[in-house]
Amino acid sequence: MRTFQPTSAEEALEVVRWAVSGRTPLEVIGGGTRRGVGRPVAAQHALDLSGLCGVTLYEPEELVLSARAGTPLSEIEALLAASGQQLAFEPMDHAPLAGGEARKGTIGGVLAANASGPRRIKAGAARDHVLGIHAVSGRGEAFKSGGRVVKNVTGYDLAKVVAGSWGTLAAVTDVTFKVLPAAETEATLVLRGLSEEEAANAMAVAMTSSGEVSGAAHLPETVVGKVLSGRLPGWRGATLLRLEGFAPSVAYRFEKLAALLAPVAAPERLEAQDSRSLWREIRDCVPFADGTHKPVWRVSMAPSSGHRMVMALRMEAAVDAFYDWQGGLIWLRMEAEAEAQALRRQVAAHGGGHATLVRAPAAVRAALPVFQPQPPALAGLSARLREQFDPLGILNPGRMDV
Amino acid sequence: MSGLVMPAPDGATLRNRDEIVADMRIIVPGEGVVDTEHSMRAFETDGLTAYRQLPLVVVLPQTVAQVARILKYCNDRNIRVVPRGAGTSLSGGALPLADAVLLVMSRFNRILDIDYANRTVTAQPGVTNLGITDAVRHEGFYYAPDPSSQIACSIGGNVAENSGGVHCLKYGLTANNVLGVEMVLMSGEVVRLGGKHLDAEGYDLLGVVTGSEGLLGVVTEVTVRILKAPETARAVLLGFPSNEQAGQCVADIIGAGIVPGGMEMMDAPAIRAAEDFVHAGYPLDVEALLIVELDGPGAEVDHLIGRVEAIARNNGSTTCRVSQCEAERLTFWAGRKAAFPAVGRISPDYYCMDGTIPRKELPKVLSGMREMSEKYGLGVANVFHAGDGNLHPLILYDANVPGELERAEAFGADILRLCVRVGGVLTGEHGVGVEKRDLMPEMFSEDDLAQQMRVKCAFDPGHLLNPGKMFPQLHRCAELGRMHVRAGQIPFPDIPRF
Repeated sequence: MRTFQPTSAEEALEVVRWAVSGRTPLEVIGGGTRRGVGRPVAAQHALDLSGLCGVTLYEPEELVLSARAGTPLSEIEALLAASGQQLAFEPMDHAPLAGGEARKGTIGGVLAANASGPRRIKAGAARDHVLGIHAVSGRGEAFKSGGRVVKNVTGYDLAKVVAGSWGTLAAVTDVTFKVLPAAETEATLVLRGLSEEEAANAMAVAMTSSGEVSGAAHLPETVVGKVLSGRLPGWRGATLLRLEGFAPSVAYRFEKLAALLAPVAAPERLEAQDSRSLWREIRDCVPFADGTHKPVWRVSMAPSSGHRMVMALRMEAAVDAFYDWQGGLIWLRMEAEAEAQALRRQVAAHGGGHATLVRAPAAVRAALPVFQPQPPALAGLSARLREQFDPLGILNPGRMDV
Repeated sequence: MSGLVMPAPDGATLRNRDEIVADMRIIVPGEGVVDTEHSMRAFETDGLTAYRQLPLVVVLPQTVAQVARILKYCNDRNIRVVPRGAGTSLSGGALPLADAVLLVMSRFNRILDIDYANRTVTAQPGVTNLGITDAVRHEGFYYAPDPSSQIACSIGGNVAENSGGVHCLKYGLTANNVLGVEMVLMSGEVVRLGGKHLDAEGYDLLGVVTGSEGLLGVVTEVTVRILKAPETARAVLLGFPSNEQAGQCVADIIGAGIVPGGMEMMDAPAIRAAEDFVHAGYPLDVEALLIVELDGPGAEVDHLIGRVEAIARNNGSTTCRVSQCEAERLTFWAGRKAAFPAVGRISPDYYCMDGTIPRKELPKVLSGMREMSEKYGLGVANVFHAGDGNLHPLILYDANVPGELERAEAFGADILRLCVRVGGVLTGEHGVGVEKRDLMPEMFSEDDLAQQMRVKCAFDPGHLLNPGKMFPQLHRCAELGRMHVRAGQIPFPDIPRF
């Protein structure tokens, strides 16, 4: 087992070319915080891109930032914050769930995972903000796609297909992202004691209002004590609605939303600091970062029937759940087995979507489709696409296999 | 571009035309096959009217099964296919080929599902962009991307071109607003990418299909997200003595953390043409005009209007008017929205370009354009999506004067080369099509283009779907797939490994 640590894009190209010539598979890693996602990679050697480090361009007034792929996300976020800006897609940090150290991930890893957060519906995921990439394909060829301007339709958008490919199409060496102003302030409206169905209805009311909600989550009773160090107690859980923006706007929208939802439950308010911590914990699935390896699923489905899917699943399996509806997600922690078949059957029966096993011991991940299996025509198309980037299966082979 | 070379027509296909037309009539009975020269004239061009070509035959299917049978039939017989939505492409994306079936999707014109709880609309691809908003407006919702052709252009065409509009800095392009599509591949296979949920499983094929200009598949159903209409919208009209000051004002607005719903700039020739045409009340003593629209809750809009006014004053604005009612806001926009026809009044023909640049390069690019304007002896007026750096220079020419079209095209190509040179791109929203096809090497290396063409190979290995668009040269997939493997040394052996 060798770990290659190139310090330039040219050296990274050289490593992949060498691997291609000997048909030697490589595991592509950045900060190593997402290695536990996907099927175990069958590779003898590793290509560690954390040596490709540093922001190469940041022009706040142009809303653009370029960095080498191994640049720590924490470094980028600190730089942006100093200019009052952010990556608006709020990328999840996968490390806490896996029991690792927080804030060690890289910007390349964010792209490879197509990371997103509780602002997903409103602001998009990494795929919606990436403007361009430089990468090395599994053929051992350097290529670029996109550019450094925020509006561009020149040629195929290969950056989007590389986003969420978990390093199986190309080793990305440089990324350019659109950045946006960070909200001046925020507040969270809290409703207590709603059932999961009542919560789903309240969130739908909030999200279809003109209140511009930028986060909507429901933490059932079993989960609510696991955020904000237990400072958010309540019986039967808490339904949370985040408002962000300029101070006068947040104040105005909070009043409107509180009036709209007052018939449902008495609205309470979390101020900016607690609100920020809370949504970071929801983003990172902290309620299930319990130090165990119990299987955790990330389920993407249309919000309105999510709670019914969870209720049906509870008839078959011991499961703990919470809802991140602006993320478009249900998070599930299984008490025992991963129950992949039962879960996917229920998702399909409730309007469809996809379930990804984001935490499980390697032996479990080796035995299950971690990513949602696709119908044959689509699976064939995806396989042909991979062949066009990496015909010999050099980069992260097996990771996305189903 | 006038010397545009399209793929040579296939002799066998041309010879078999009668048989192909007859077979199309079996697949699509009734009125769905158009084959007389007279009736095919309506389809010979799209929004890039300098180019015209009659297709082999026009077919207007009505069902997904028909689309699948047509594509499989053509795939089996090596017949080319050009898909077409409403035919409003400004880059020749729907330009027919003499030996290709023109597959027109206009009869797919129904809204299939409106889901307010999940805030989605599912529509057939021939529904117009505005048709989606019209279907949900009574509930206070709308579909955000608003290309200026929105009353005519189809949602399927929007997916093919990844269309934008004046609101896309804040609300995104088509790619950011489409959740799923159903698509027929050239093989006749039907696939679904995404749906009402987010970030479809597996590779983001939806991301690469959006903006693929009809080269990867034929979309037969589209699911988009809809948004609640903002509570209010107000516009500020700002005039500046120089383009530099207007540009700095835009930068300062963004720098202050404000993302306007729309932010449009016009230069002096465009202001004059628009004012003469619609009398929007634009100041005529300025070099640059900005329209800044703020939308959202009333309290927020009022707060931000004050900040924008202050920023404009700091940058030396000589005109500053805030819309006091909806009618006035629409009047501010009327001139900008009519800029193209207004330019059409002062010049027999105009040629609309579509580069994007880093905004700070605007003064350099505008002065470069003035020099080119002198060199080519043709006027130019500029409208500009200022928030995102997307330029629309309108080159004025007269097609009846021999040589002027060629000069206009050469001028346009020079503008795009300049855009790329300052860090920008060839097209922000109109697409590559045939128009910018031969300029692609200005922006991409051979390896870059080869990797893009390999994506095409995964979808359509025979290069039968919309050939001659986007890529300057189509290499055979077998050639693109060949690996050049050399015997490898272990790379940089002196660095530490663990």
